[in-house]
Amino acid sequence: MLETYLPLVIMLIVGFAVAIIFMVLSEWLGARRSTAEKKTTYESGMIPYKNARDRFSVKFYMVAVSFIVFDIEVVFLYPWAVQFSKLGLAAFIAMMSFIFILLVGYIYELKKGGFDWD
Amino acid sequence: MAEMQLLLPLISISSFALLAVLSDAFTRKTKEITYYVSLIGLIVTSITAIYAMALPANTSALTNPLDSISKGMVVFGGYTYFFDILFCLSAFMTILASRDYLTKAYTEYKEYYSLILFSVSGMMMIAHAGNLVMIFIGIETMSIPFYILTGFIRNRYRSVESALKYFLLGSFATGFLLYGMAMIYGATGTTDLALIPLKFKELTFNPTYLSIGIGLIIIGLSFKVAAFPFHQWAPDVYEGAPTVITGFMSTAGKAAALVGFIIIARALVPNVYFAAYSSRTAQSVQLVIAIISAATMLIGNISALVQKNIKRMLAYSSIAHAGYLLMGIVANNQHGLNGILFYSAAYLFMQIGAFIIISVLENAKADNLDLDNYKGLYKTHPYLAAMLAMFMFSLAGIPPMGGFFGKYYLFAAAIESGFVWLTIVAVISSIISVYFYIGLVLNMYFKENDGEEFPDVKGAYIISLLIATVGILVIGIYPSILMDIITGLW
Repeated sequence: MLETYLPLVIMLIVGFAVAIIFMVLSEWLGARRSTAEKKTTYESGMIPYKNARDRFSVKFYMVAVSFIVFDIEVVFLYPWAVQFSKLGLAAFIAMMSFIFILLVGYIYELKKGGFDWD
Repeated sequence: MAEMQLLLPLISISSFALLAVLSDAFTRKTKEITYYVSLIGLIVTSITAIYAMALPANTSALTNPLDSISKGMVVFGGYTYFFDILFCLSAFMTILASRDYLTKAYTEYKEYYSLILFSVSGMMMIAHAGNLVMIFIGIETMSIPFYILTGFIRNRYRSVESALKYFLLGSFATGFLLYGMAMIYGATGTTDLALIPLKFKELTFNPTYLSIGIGLIIIGLSFKVAAFPFHQWAPDVYEGAPTVITGFMSTAGKAAALVGFIIIARALVPNVYFAAYSSRTAQSVQLVIAIISAATMLIGNISALVQKNIKRMLAYSSIAHAGYLLMGIVANNQHGLNGILFYSAAYLFMQIGAFIIISVLENAKADNLDLDNYKGLYKTHPYLAAMLAMFMFSLAGIPPMGGFFGKYYLFAAAIESGFVWLTIVAVISSIISVYFYIGLVLNMYFKENDGEEFPDVKGAYIISLLIATVGILVIGIYPSILMDIITGLW
């Protein structure tokens, strides 16, 4: 029973060993030339210009909410649309009630002013 | 179509929750419409639940679940509707008391009502779950509105702090639960709770993964019912949350998590079928839950002894009550399950009643919540003091109240299944608990008021309090009424 896990254990050990060996080797053989540029924070190549702990506009959250309404819908609609003829009426009703529930969310956002950007 | 009728309560609560959202969207100033939609929704849902409970097709629809609309994801049966009604009742009482409370704190927003309905629909999904995935969805649908409702009074520092704490810890615990479910799927190859016992019977499962899965699920659910050692969040969250919501979370939320416990225990720890290995697992799981239960009630009651704040005191006492309720699962027999159902009902009335009284007496800044503030309450508010004393007696388990019989059934079930030591621990810890419950009563009746003033009290909360009082007295004096209903459910 447990022998079947042996390859997994070997893989784990080899994985750890490789990681540790590489770290030790680079520490031991690598050159250390520190420049001012190297010591800066790495932010995808951008120069950070202020502290990250800041307030952001509530609009970002509105975008996130709208994203959920539309994106999740599409994710579920695609597989259903591809298999539409096979799945039949029951899936159609299920999908319509799903879309209706999302529609309620959309109406709520619309009425509460979620799409007024200014 | 018989199944449609059985599904009615779930359809009803979800539709009314959506309707509440729509009514919120289409009305500008008035709050009445959303308020009444939610109340009517809860009443209609309870009626459909009673109707579905009385249907003859109640359990026979299960004969071939894969032919049904819900494909075995949803199960029906007496106890599921019993819990539906309990959840609706609890939400109903909470909403009635909420209006004045929220106005007092200047935070009456209409979302409040739809959030409560959404969390009730989540609880009902747990009660009807026939699949591990369904339990997970139900727990999430219940918890996410709870996170929001906890921080609902957003200009109160404590409320927001406790919401964040609850959200972070709660999500973490849900992760454990989900990982445990994944492990059980790995061990048995199915998430259908009706099929898992069959896998045990055929001995086609992986015992290592199964044990890990059961362990992780116990951790996740223990967090949700606030059982030791995963109870640390409860006092802070219960203290910070709006008082009416604390009452709702600590009764309906706890009962819902317990239903999840019951369903999973029935599927994973069935000690009827098996070979030596699984029955050994079953016994060790039983022992683990017994230890959790014993530790929960001792820790809860002992910590409650030293609390100054009444909400914290009741929070610790609610941890202890989770311990009592877990005894029913430890007992793992019919009487244990009956005891859980009975005690959930009794606990609902007394706990929500107590929290509603506290919410009524709370002032706008919420700074009169210490036990000392309740000195001499009987002079200024004789009826409220009498009812609060009654709820305290019931929580302590003193005979004419509902709490006594609830404890009696649970303790009897535990003795029946051979857990005498657990019952002794339970009796000792409930003796400890009498000290702080009666302490509050002493403060109200035998100490003089030292200039404490309470806000004026009027409003719809009185209906909730009447429901709670009548409920507690009826099931305390004639416990057989409720017990007969419960035994007829299975």
